[in-house]
Amino acid sequence: MAKIKYHMLVCGGTACHASQSEEILTKFKELIVSKGLETEVQAIKTGCFGFCEKGPIVKMMPDNTFYTQVKPGDCAEILEEHIIKGRKVTRLLYQDPETKERISDSRHMGFYKKQIRIALRNCGFINPENIEEYIARDGYLALGTVLTEMSPEAAIEILKKSGLRGRGGGGFPTGLKWEITRKVKAAQKYVVCNADEGDPGAFMDRSILEGDPHTVIEAMAINGYCTGASKGLVYIRAEYPLAVERLKIAMKQSREYGFLGEDIMGTDFSFDIDIRYGAGAFVCGEETALIHSMEGLRGEPTVKPPFPSESGYMGKPTNVNNVETYANIPVIFNKGADWFASIGTARSKGTKVFALAGKINNVGLIEVPMGITLREVIYEIGGGIRDDKEFKAVQTGGPSGGCLTKRHLDTPIDYDNLIAAGSMMGSGGMIVMDEDDCMVAIAKFYLQFTVEESCGKCSPCRIGNKRLHELLEKITQGNGTMEDIDKLRNLGTVIKDTSLCGLGQSSPNPALSTIDNFLDEYLEHVKDKKCRSKVCKSLMQYLVVPDKCIGCTLCARNCPVNAISGERKQVHLIDQEKCIKCGACLEKCKFGAIIIN
Amino acid sequence: MEKIKSLADLKKMQENLRAKIELREKSNDPDTRIQVKVAMATCGIASGAKEVMETFIEEFTKRNIDAVVTQTGCMGYCYAEPTVEVTKPGAEPITFGYVDVKKASRIIDKYIINNELVDGIIPVNYQSIDKN
Repeated sequence: MAKIKYHMLVCGGTACHASQSEEILTKFKELIVSKGLETEVQAIKTGCFGFCEKGPIVKMMPDNTFYTQVKPGDCAEILEEHIIKGRKVTRLLYQDPETKERISDSRHMGFYKKQIRIALRNCGFINPENIEEYIARDGYLALGTVLTEMSPEAAIEILKKSGLRGRGGGGFPTGLKWEITRKVKAAQKYVVCNADEGDPGAFMDRSILEGDPHTVIEAMAINGYCTGASKGLVYIRAEYPLAVERLKIAMKQSREYGFLGEDIMGTDFSFDIDIRYGAGAFVCGEETALIHSMEGLRGEPTVKPPFPSESGYMGKPTNVNNVETYANIPVIFNKGADWFASIGTARSKGTKVFALAGKINNVGLIEVPMGITLREVIYEIGGGIRDDKEFKAVQTGGPSGGCLTKRHLDTPIDYDNLIAAGSMMGSGGMIVMDEDDCMVAIAKFYLQFTVEESCGKCSPCRIGNKRLHELLEKITQGNGTMEDIDKLRNLGTVIKDTSLCGLGQSSPNPALSTIDNFLDEYLEHVKDKKCRSKVCKSLMQYLVVPDKCIGCTLCARNCPVNAISGERKQVHLIDQEKCIKCGACLEKCKFGAIIIN
Repeated sequence: MEKIKSLADLKKMQENLRAKIELREKSNDPDTRIQVKVAMATCGIASGAKEVMETFIEEFTKRNIDAVVTQTGCMGYCYAEPTVEVTKPGAEPITFGYVDVKKASRIIDKYIINNELVDGIIPVNYQSIDKN
């Protein structure tokens, strides 16, 4: 019998799924059968490869050939050329943006060179809907070892030694959190997985649940054993249907194999998991609000203490950890605390997954060691700024974070350095901005998000953020004064100091950090009534250059509000009162006679 | 499905399942393993490269040798097809010409296991750009 010679890994993450990866997989399977290659080639669905920019991805094993932007129509050619004739389909290989060279082996791509994959170790490698592939890669080995060979205290000690800190944003030491929950005496305790990923642009938790759901189940069971909980709950947003589906499949398989349920692996430890759905409120990522939402109450935070580890879900001690935190845990037990602690910086150990987005060439999901610099992430992994524009800022930590500038490019990224720079790690969204982005408008955008997502319980957040937003609105409309900038600063600081929960305590960050780092742009808006990035419409004027206008009337005919007047073969004029700044005239003019002032 | 009753059960199961994804594991760090590249362009296939590749894969499995077998395009030695390039960890790649099924077994016996050379080696007559 012939042995399987090829595995064709087809990405089944949400992004690739949306661009027909399911059809590609079906097509490959059909073609394999019709060509009689069933005994030699296997097509397998995997989780996200991270390189979403160039999806759908098909990776050929064992030669590591990385095909990008594959379409269902390319399947026949890949099978015919690569498998049967042994020639790579060059046009589908990744092209290095600088050297223009086609790279076939993913290990040589700039995007992957600097990455270390711990939390994403199985994403894009195994079939997430097949527990056997997970077991083959040390799956459930950590759970088995901890249950049979370690006391809960010893296991917690290993976790503390590893230096793992919460990946959801706060960066609280995970081992310490477990220890606190363990020490509280109660008949019933709970462990919770926070999969309420709410930062705009962040999608690492979704990708982990879609690509490697078993790792979360395994780590939750370990957590249950260590803290003394027999029940686990996954709080996941209903907007993640694919992640929910894969998690459900994984839970079912896990029960069948005896990794969930009564007397796990012959010990007297019993543990099971349930799913709770969130409706997508940003504030429900905050652990007390999350717990209330799970209890069926309004998703509003409450004052800490009492911390959830003392009184959480249904008033019982509850340990809440984030998806990415969980994904690190089985590896720590398999490879040891010292190995994990050897990666990263003095106070931030291991790796962090970032969702790269914005004006960058390689949009996608990356996992890098702590301590890597922004420059390495943006220019080496991210492939630099799109269309060779100038880098202006990078926003980390979502609506709670801040903007970092050129000055910070060489700062090693870890929890403490980001806070010192006026931003935060957050859940790992990284949005890159170029010269075309107006920093005042960016601050306004994030404020608008927090105003909408504020639960309204405490006044600083409910009223204060609204006022902040109004001040920014005023500045972008050209009505701002110098006093407004001071007001922004003062009010922002007060909101940070007096808000009840993490949402309010961090919501002024985008505004405050842009004032600190881009004061000149604020001053331009206020004093010169100018927006250098030409984003703030109220500060822009569309003008006709008399020397260039030949009077073709094209602009006047295309203006939706009839703001342009002028006779044929005469210079036209734009009525600034009527103009809505839609840009239609600029787009239509063939003579470059329309400019933005 | 029988439930897993102990850590030993799990380890046994993992041992059996490893083979399923072995092909993928190997491609993660091919440099630490023996790599065999079979030239499979039209000329290679016409002279029997497919059977040669199959022999390598089967023999490695049978003898439990940790190796990665991949196919590659034409190496340019069309006169000596099928050609096979063997790279042992830490050693320079060696290219063998006129490899048929019999010779494939001999390469495994002599070169891969005992480090003895087999006739039909194509001397290195090129320099790759990255070495200059």
